[in-house]
Amino acid sequence: MSDQFLFATEVFFNGLMAGVLYALVALGFVLIYKASGIFNYAQGVMALFAAMTLVGIMEGQVPFSHIINAMFGTEVHHFGWHVPALLAIALTVGVMVIFAWLVQRIVMRHLVGQEPIILFMATIGLAYFLEGFSDLMWGSEIKKLDVGLPQGGSFWIEDMTAGLGSDNFYGFFIDQLDIVATVIAALLVAGLVLFAQYTKQGRAMRAVADDHQAALSVGISLNFIWVLVWSVAGFVALVAGIVWGTKSGVQFSLSLIALKALPVLMLGGFTSIPGAIVGGLIIGVGEKLFEFAIGPMVGGATENWFAYVLALLFLVFRPQGLFGEKIIERV
Amino acid sequence: MFYREAGDFKVSYEQDSQTFPIKFDRYRYYFVLFIAFLVIPFTINDYWASAILLPFLIYSIAAIGLNILVGYCGQVSLGTGGFMAVGAYACYKLMTTFPEVSMFIHVLLAGGITGVVCVLFGLPSLRIKGFYLAVATLAAQFFLVWLFNRVPWFYNYSASGQINAPEREAFGILITGPNAPAWATYLFCLIFLTFCALVARNLTRGMVGRSWMAIRDMDIAAEIIGVNPLKAKLTAFAVSGFFIGISGALFFALYLGAVEVGEAFGITKSFQVLFMVIIGGLGSIFGSFAGAAFLVLLPVILKVVGVDVLGWPTDIVAHFQLVIVGALIVFFLIVEPHGLAQLWRVAKEKLRLWPFPH
Repeated sequence: MSDQFLFATEVFFNGLMAGVLYALVALGFVLIYKASGIFNYAQGVMALFAAMTLVGIMEGQVPFSHIINAMFGTEVHHFGWHVPALLAIALTVGVMVIFAWLVQRIVMRHLVGQEPIILFMATIGLAYFLEGFSDLMWGSEIKKLDVGLPQGGSFWIEDMTAGLGSDNFYGFFIDQLDIVATVIAALLVAGLVLFAQYTKQGRAMRAVADDHQAALSVGISLNFIWVLVWSVAGFVALVAGIVWGTKSGVQFSLSLIALKALPVLMLGGFTSIPGAIVGGLIIGVGEKLFEFAIGPMVGGATENWFAYVLALLFLVFRPQGLFGEKIIERV
Repeated sequence: MFYREAGDFKVSYEQDSQTFPIKFDRYRYYFVLFIAFLVIPFTINDYWASAILLPFLIYSIAAIGLNILVGYCGQVSLGTGGFMAVGAYACYKLMTTFPEVSMFIHVLLAGGITGVVCVLFGLPSLRIKGFYLAVATLAAQFFLVWLFNRVPWFYNYSASGQINAPEREAFGILITGPNAPAWATYLFCLIFLTFCALVARNLTRGMVGRSWMAIRDMDIAAEIIGVNPLKAKLTAFAVSGFFIGISGALFFALYLGAVEVGEAFGITKSFQVLFMVIIGGLGSIFGSFAGAAFLVLLPVILKVVGVDVLGWPTDIVAHFQLVIVGALIVFFLIVEPHGLAQLWRVAKEKLRLWPFPH
């Protein structure tokens, strides 16, 4: 096999892994959109907030220490304890549930029945708020997140594949974290599917997604379901935050992964969980291969826009995305 | 009492179709124009011009442009930042290639070029609708910013990758560059704003505007009664692009002076202008002004209160600013989803009956 082909294959695999990460973020979008018709732009910032909270709890940071110090002239930063990762994750899930409840209670309840664009704008407002709030609460410096996920290239794969090409080829470089992320994503999707198919709350969730009014009339509490959905989305955001945070540190740019998830959504359709996965994989592979093949010719960094243009081209032929529900319009 | 149609008799068709049918509105309009053109230029100083007035004027133009697209034609666009960048870079290329031509023409041409680009990116709107379109316009945003970052021809092969506005004149008065007087830049922007607002107001009252609104309210029904969706949507993109291009050119040449494209025209700019339109009120020219004023003034006020009055560190104030802006946006959407323009409309209705409500 020629080296060029092997490099392309490596890029392909890395693209698949990146795609899984995109899909992880896109999942949270799909969940909320299906259940409440809200296009939740704040999903990325929720991932940032969750990751920051997790780091803060693990390190024993004092919340709002900057403000407290500025207002009272004190010098408090840390409680001085370290919380084990699992307990911290559990606590963070608790925080995300409280957050979901607050969002539902304070914001979304008052906006029921508004136009989609208004709801969308409200979530952008929410994103601004949460971004400023998490910086105020935990400080804006870059933090390191380590919950014990393995990192670095996998030597095993490298050794196994090194013999395939000529001497210039050192084997596939695949980050262990990406492999773990793939497993986590698979588990998460399986869990979500099981939850939606076989539990009472999951069935209620699907009923709400199908038809609000019909669900209401058979006695399902919309309020509860919406809190539930936002909590689940918060949980998905936490998982995405952990994976991305381990990869590149917990910092502001984490909230920009929401922008990476948007073309994935367009491609897969806003309403389809398998769509989010397949869309993520296509985008991941597509942008990595494009950067590999065409990028050097046009000055690189094509990853910023390629996903969008690819999704745009797809949409021109299939306006509802690959797996989205067929759009039926009536006058 | 004074805010009535009663007693104001229309005796010609011109009077019947004038922009402000109520006498009080008309005089208020002349009064605002008088203040803006003949009072402020003589009292302006550099701080007011650069912190409040210039951004307000320029963002108003952008907001009017976006309002035409989103508020009147119903095509949600998140590509405003990218289109403003097109205006800025077109203006820059024109300024450096034809130094002796008046800035006035450069800005207009920059607007025209942006209009063409905007139509190109508006073509998918014929097939894609709603949120899918909103996300599709992000393609324009990211692609354009990348293009201006990566192709050296656009920034004249300068080492820093930035573009800097050279000193240029309009009507013999220095308009751009660090030595331009505040009153001149202010008046220059004001002329464009007045022109854009007048054009927008009259377009939206006429046949073109009505076809936009028909498309917005229900595109299939509009098509059935004979509105050509291709024409309606693309004219909306063209006009909107023209205004946004003008604002981008002014933003670069008169306000910032030096631009790094990712910073000045990034995705946040798109959201900012969209916020102005939504907070101001979709489908309202007045709303565009109100929204722009609100979002320009709010950070200034917060900064004055936080840093100067309370004496907090600037980074905390910056974070607080995000929190407050976010909370206010949500608050506004809950209390008045139709924006500041709706409050204005309600006030006018009340005023019409005042002081005898029955």
